[in-house]
Order: sequence, then structure tokens, then C-alpha cells
Amino acid sequence: MQNMSKYVGILTTQLDFRMTRFLRPVVFLSVLALAACNNAAGTSGVGAGGATAGAAGTAADPASPAYFQQAVGDRVLFTVDQAVLSSQAQAVLDGQARWLTANPDYNATIEGHADEQGTREYNLALGARRANAVREYLIAKGVAANRLQVVSFGKERPIEICSAESCYAQNRRAVTILAGGLTG
Amino acid sequence: MIRVCMAIVLRLMLLMMAALAPVMGAAQTPLRIEITEGVIEPLPFAVPYFVASDDAAASYGARIARVVADDLSGTGLFREIPSSAYISQITNFAAPVQFADWRAINAQALIVGAVQLSGQQLTVQFRLYDVFSGAEMGNGLQFNGTVDGWRRIAHKVADTAYARITGEDPYFDSRVAFVSESGPKNDRRKRLAVMDYDGANVQYLTDSTDLVLAPRFSPDGSQLIYTSYETGFPKIYVIDVGRLQRRVLDQSDATMSFAPRFAPDGRSVVYSLTQGGNTDLYTLDLGSGKRTRLTNAPSIETAPSFSPDGRQIVFESDRSGTQQLYIMPASGGEARRISFGQGRYGTPVWSPRGDLIAFTKQNKGRFHIGVMRTDGSEERLLTASFLDEGPTWSPNGRVIMFARESRGAGGRSTLYSVDITGRNLKPVPTPDGGSDPAWSPLLR
Repeated sequence: MQNMSKYVGILTTQLDFRMTRFLRPVVFLSVLALAACNNAAGTSGVGAGGATAGAAGTAADPASPAYFQQAVGDRVLFTVDQAVLSSQAQAVLDGQARWLTANPDYNATIEGHADEQGTREYNLALGARRANAVREYLIAKGVAANRLQVVSFGKERPIEICSAESCYAQNRRAVTILAGGLTG
Repeated sequence: MIRVCMAIVLRLMLLMMAALAPVMGAAQTPLRIEITEGVIEPLPFAVPYFVASDDAAASYGARIARVVADDLSGTGLFREIPSSAYISQITNFAAPVQFADWRAINAQALIVGAVQLSGQQLTVQFRLYDVFSGAEMGNGLQFNGTVDGWRRIAHKVADTAYARITGEDPYFDSRVAFVSESGPKNDRRKRLAVMDYDGANVQYLTDSTDLVLAPRFSPDGSQLIYTSYETGFPKIYVIDVGRLQRRVLDQSDATMSFAPRFAPDGRSVVYSLTQGGNTDLYTLDLGSGKRTRLTNAPSIETAPSFSPDGRQIVFESDRSGTQQLYIMPASGGEARRISFGQGRYGTPVWSPRGDLIAFTKQNKGRFHIGVMRTDGSEERLLTASFLDEGPTWSPNGRVIMFARESRGAGGRSTLYSVDITGRNLKPVPTPDGGSDPAWSPLLR
């Protein structure tokens, strides 16, 4: 009885279990069709690194995205923690600028990337610097600014996965992804 | 003899503490752990199965005792005495405790509880005893809740015992938001997830369609702010954790926004915005939608975090040539550099107590999680590995959780926690890989 009476003054905490109102996994609404297009282009360009198949032709056709990707070169590489364009990179971008000038139906999104040696937020900002360096260069070579968008994936989308400089060098990149074209 | 010495040491610590600082009511009892001191011997404790009113309640009695024991042992400050060592059993919550039986097995703290089940309603009572003085620490407590919240009740019991014995604020009844990771490094799938601080009750808030990064809780724990590539570009979203409703913040085209965190009053957010390849810091007032630019420099400014009083912001910048930590007023203006050691510093997070900044440090090809005072002094590195990143503070500022990525083609990211003393480093279990942890405030 004594023990029970001690409980009279006890603090009673009524828990409110917000967590019980959680729903089970949710499938979100599809993204906008345009965004889906951009994503698809980005994935094939970054992940596979191979030719873009499709109605626009093969690498033998100089007006094809496949030609742009393989013959012109869709990417430039950077040194550690830098966004400076090397002379080799500038030569690739000269080719990109000529191709984009000759094929005005295409717009491009330039994706900037970093290797895994860095913190996430910093690498996002660094990737944006790299992508922007490419964009500025292409604009200086005559490509209309409104045809070129930039986005950074930081260290989120490596193409090479070893933890060594041979892989890091390939991951520190800016890739020019074409959009639009004959269907546009 | 060792036990007696231990008790004397604890008594002395108590006297010192009582002289130095006003603390909670538990300070009158000798059972005490002072965890800001150096290496300590974990305090032995016993948590017998909570006494059940009937068979249906018995499974909860056993499971609640298990969670309470795991919470306390998991701090590294307590050591559970296995039930196989018990001399007497607790079969009646109201009966007097046979302290001699618990002293004989060196249980310094004893937690005794009772569980009643009525339909879906669970009622849990418990008492905490200082075995050596034979006295109860604080009053008995009762928690009521539904059965699916039994773990929260257990965490509340453990929180109470932890707070009474250490004099610290507790942290067990809390959640952690994180990014759940699956797939290889070159096809990593990421989803937003939330779980209890100990890895239980994982809930996924998004599917893996879109890349998501760095969720952070609102001050009341009801919302998460995070970055998603849903549009193809990184943008900041807010999601209601309970209802899963979400909205995009600051919808400006063809720019990137990321690294958001709420202000302590929940009325504004600070984040990075990238325009023309340049990343600066901004705040957004959630009521008016007004955006304020805080920094304006060609350098990278990112990873901002408010002080607990909301008056200052710590962030990282490479304005000096390498990534370093700076503090500026929350309204922007002059920033002072606080990191001066070797290497690069990033992802600063202000501790909930206001006294420390946790950070990621890169030096000589290694990554570290560390802490320093807000003036940059007393830097201490708590971890070292191939890649440690992204600290988050427990609600009481005693423990840091972070992500550790292993090296090589099979590299995988896992959550870890470590005490701010550098002790008790251990993985936090998640179903898949995990990154970007964010600890919630203590739940209510």
C-alpha cells in the first residue's frame, strides 16, 4: 500500500507516437517528361560512356550525337581541386564548339564531377566550377549562352570506381550532354 | 576492494560536481558518472525483465528490459550484468528490493519495472535504485502508450536512468534521418530514410528514382529539409516526416541549391546557391519567401550551420586557397577563420550546447571527424580512416554520428557513432549502406 501511495504524485508522461503515423514506402509522382529526358541522357552519357544509340544516327554521321561523343569528345578532365582548362581540354572544347555551331538544333547540359577525395558539399560546388568553366569557354567560342546549362553531381556519379589516381583522374570531369536535336 | 574504491571515487566526483555546478535532483545520491573526465570504468548495472501483469505483457517486459540495457551499455559508460549472474529475481514490483543480493553481484545501479497490457495500451512503471546506498534515485515514473510504441517507452526509461546517473541531458528517445545507399559505386541508389537512433524502425521516405542528399531535421523534428535531383538539378525540398507531403523551396531555374539547414527557430533556412559556377550562402525566410544573400565572393561558400542561439553561422570556404572553417553573423558580414591546423576542413556543425564545432578534416590522404572550440582552439580528432565525413550531434551534444566509406571498387558507406571523448567508436546498424546522418532533437 505504501508503494502504491507513492505513485499518487507520480509524473505520468503520455507519449505521442508520431512515428506510428508513418506511411509505408511511397512511390512519388513521375517527374516532368522533360526532366526525365534530361535524366535519361545524363545516365547514358555518364554511366555507360558508350555510344548513344537512336534515330539520330551513328558515329559515322558527323551530325550525330554519337559522333559528338566519340569523334569530337564529350568530356574534359581536371587536376585535383582545380577547374582550370588544360590545353588538351581546350582542344576538345574547340571541337565541341564547332560541332554545336554546326548543329544548332542541339542544346547541351554540361555536367561537372569530382573524385571521391573530398566532402560532399564542397565537391558539388567544385563540380559546378568545372562545368561552368566549360560553359564559359564554349560561349567564348561562339555558342549561344541560352543553349548551355550546367549542373554538378559532385562525387555522386563516378565512372571509375577504384580508389586510386588512375580512377580519380577519369572522375574529375565535365561532360557535355546533348539534348534536343531532330526530335526537338 | 576495487568496488569500494569505485564508490569512493564516484562520491568524490559528486562532491566536486556539487561544488562546481548546480545540477539535477539526482545529485544528492552517490551514484554518479562524470563523463567529461578521462577514461572511466563502465558502471555495472542490472535490468531484470520488467514484471508483467500477465502472459501477454511478459514479452514486452522482456523486450523493454533488453532495449533499456542496450541503450545504457551502448554509451560505453555502463556495463550490463547478465541475468545469469542474478541471485534474486524481481517478481513483484511493489516488494522491497533485496539490496544485499544485488550488491553481491556488484550491480551499482538497478532498474526495476512493471508492464501492464490493456488491449493495445501499454503502461510501464519503473524505479531506479542506487544499490550500494540502498536508496531510490528520484521518483518512480510511469509511461503510457500504445504497444507499437514500446521501444520509445524503453528509450524513455533508459533516458531517465542515464540523466539521473550522469547529470547529462539524455538522447536515446531520438531519431536519425539518413541517406540509405545500395548498389555499386558507379550505380549508387539513394533514398531518404528515418530510423530510431539505434537503427530500429527504419522508414523510407523516398524511392531511389532521384538522387537525394543530406536530410536535416526541423527544430521540432516534424520536417526534413534535403536536396533532390528530381528536376535534373539539385534543389532543396522540405518533407513532412509524418505525412510525407513535400514541397520545393526557392524554385529558380537553372541554378543549383543545396546544403540546407533550418535556423534554430525554424523560421528560416540557410543554404548554398550556385550561379555562374560560383557558390555562395543565402538565407530564405520561410514565412515571406524573402531570400537574403550572406556571402558574395568568387570562392566556394557552403555547408553552413547555425549556432544554437541562431545568431551566428559556421561554414566552409576556400577563400584562403583551401577549404577552411569560418564563423560570421547570421545576417552575413565579416567572417573570421577558426581552423588553422594542417589540411582541409569542411562540413562544420555547431554542437547543441553551443561550445564545440564538429567537422570533417582531410590531411595527408586521410579523413578525420574532429571537434574544436568555437574560437578554433583545442582541436581534437576523434576518428581516422580512408573516408570519414559529415558529423551530426546527438541532442545532448555527447555523441557524434557520421558516415565512413571504405576504400576501393567495393567501397561502401556505413554509419558510425563516437563519443566526443573519442571513445566508444562503433557502427550504427542500417539495412543497406548509409550516409549523411542527421540526428533529431529529443522526442517529446
